[in-house]
Amino acid sequence: METILTINNLTKKFGYLTAVKDLSFTINKGNVYGILGPNGSGKSTTLGIVLNVVNKTSGDFNWFNGQISTHEALKKVGAIIENPNFYPYMSAYQNLKLVCRIKGVDYSKIDEKLGVVGLLERKNSKFSNYSLGMKQRLAIASALLNDPEILILDEPTNGLDPQGIHQIRTLIKKIASEGTTILLASHLLDEVEKVCSHVVVLRKGEKLYSGRVDEMISSHGFFELKSVQHEALASFLQNNPDFLSVKEEGELITAFLKEPMDASTFNKLMFENGITLSHLVKRKESLEEQFLKLTDNN
Amino acid sequence: MLRLINLELQKLLLNRASRVLIFISFILPFTVLILSSIKINFFGFFTLELGELGIFNFPIIWHITTFFASYFKLFFAIVVVSMIGNEYSNKTIKQNLIDGLSKKEFILSKFYTIVFFSFLATVLIGVGSFLIGLYYSSYTEASIIFRETEFLLAYFLKLVGFFSLCLFFGMLVKRSAFALAFLFILYIFEWIVFWIVVQASSTDMAWKVKNFLPLESMYNLIDQPFQRVLMTKYPEKIDMSYDYAVHWYELVIVLGWTALFVFLSYRLLKQRDL
Repeated sequence: METILTINNLTKKFGYLTAVKDLSFTINKGNVYGILGPNGSGKSTTLGIVLNVVNKTSGDFNWFNGQISTHEALKKVGAIIENPNFYPYMSAYQNLKLVCRIKGVDYSKIDEKLGVVGLLERKNSKFSNYSLGMKQRLAIASALLNDPEILILDEPTNGLDPQGIHQIRTLIKKIASEGTTILLASHLLDEVEKVCSHVVVLRKGEKLYSGRVDEMISSHGFFELKSVQHEALASFLQNNPDFLSVKEEGELITAFLKEPMDASTFNKLMFENGITLSHLVKRKESLEEQFLKLTDNN
Repeated sequence: MLRLINLELQKLLLNRASRVLIFISFILPFTVLILSSIKINFFGFFTLELGELGIFNFPIIWHITTFFASYFKLFFAIVVVSMIGNEYSNKTIKQNLIDGLSKKEFILSKFYTIVFFSFLATVLIGVGSFLIGLYYSSYTEASIIFRETEFLLAYFLKLVGFFSLCLFFGMLVKRSAFALAFLFILYIFEWIVFWIVVQASSTDMAWKVKNFLPLESMYNLIDQPFQRVLMTKYPEKIDMSYDYAVHWYELVIVLGWTALFVFLSYRLLKQRDL
């Protein structure tokens, strides 16, 4: 598989604060990656380093197997970080023309990409007159100008209204379905869960997990149970080796599975032990619960 | 190189404020030059014709026009500091780098633009002075016309040096207004240095030291022409003679500062996290 970006033991310190600590991962062509982490976990710093705007303290990274320099590589990359940054006094078209000049892309791409994000009718309006949603879409158009090998998005839906969020997500999915590699940094889990195939989880600059999203949610799930014989149920579950742990919240008992077991088998087992259930739901953990579990334990 | 200049020209010329300032910094000195060369009739009382003073004679005209035109460099200095300040306040410097411009290219695109505009200003003043000189000058032999054209070279270097200083201050403080304030502080600082050396040693020594400081060394490139005009009027007063020529070492000092400012701007950008 073709490697796009390799990061080895990357560390960034801001004075006493370590923003990124010994981070390593690899981005391969064709996948959609998510970088997940709470605010201040080093997502933007990591992206800043590989995008040539933040200096690393130690470690290294290379684009496209290190055959070309970083700023040459960035001409094959499309990236938007934080807020869309453009010249307020220029129109959308003029702004993109400037990007074309930097990246060495033909001007004919401008109208094409403005069409993709639905800004073609407003291409001669000044950037300062755009709404936040339009600015964000212009940023995506700008990142797509060079038909990038990889699209890097840092919190692309930050601060948008629900409609804007929906537009951007649809756009990202569309781009992903066309086979473009995407690296998406976000603290919104459902965003990552809906769009990404792979995920890197960061906390305080350290990597907690990296791999496929579906493997991250690897547990066998859990049962939510209620019964009139509360005590009996609780003690039975605690003594059963098939369960990893049992949590009680008022009437509700949550039992985490160690081995795979389906709901009807469990129901039968309960019945044989003389316990009748008033409530039985089998669920799989969502990415959110998995994420909170990962980032919570120190 | 052309790509980098084009890039910067687009940023500048589409911005109304800098377009106006660029226009002023080129047209104003030119207008003043033209106005001063025509005969002004004050309602029939008397006529003022600066040309009669002999200041438009070759070769002194090169000295006079470049000296006065260099005062208009302040307008373009505002453009230079704001072209850095705007990049920081709009955060477009970050976007430029992400889009694949290297930090070196970023500084070079600014520097090339400075050189480009300085060259344009020099050509304009050169052509303007040449035409007015041809019209007014009592001497029109080629050998006299082209004597002292080194003032044009000095003018060019003075502009490049001064704008490189502005570029550096712009990179240093990231805000246009503060960068201009720094210019003023530097001006005061040079006099403080002068005063300290006067106390410690002699006035003579103090001038020698001050001649090496950035603003003074740029000013020194083209010495004031008033004394020289008087000298031509009253040639018998020999004690007024002074050294007004452009010296090679003056050019070298300014070139050195220019190189240093551009290099320091690059170093600053390279080490900074955006």
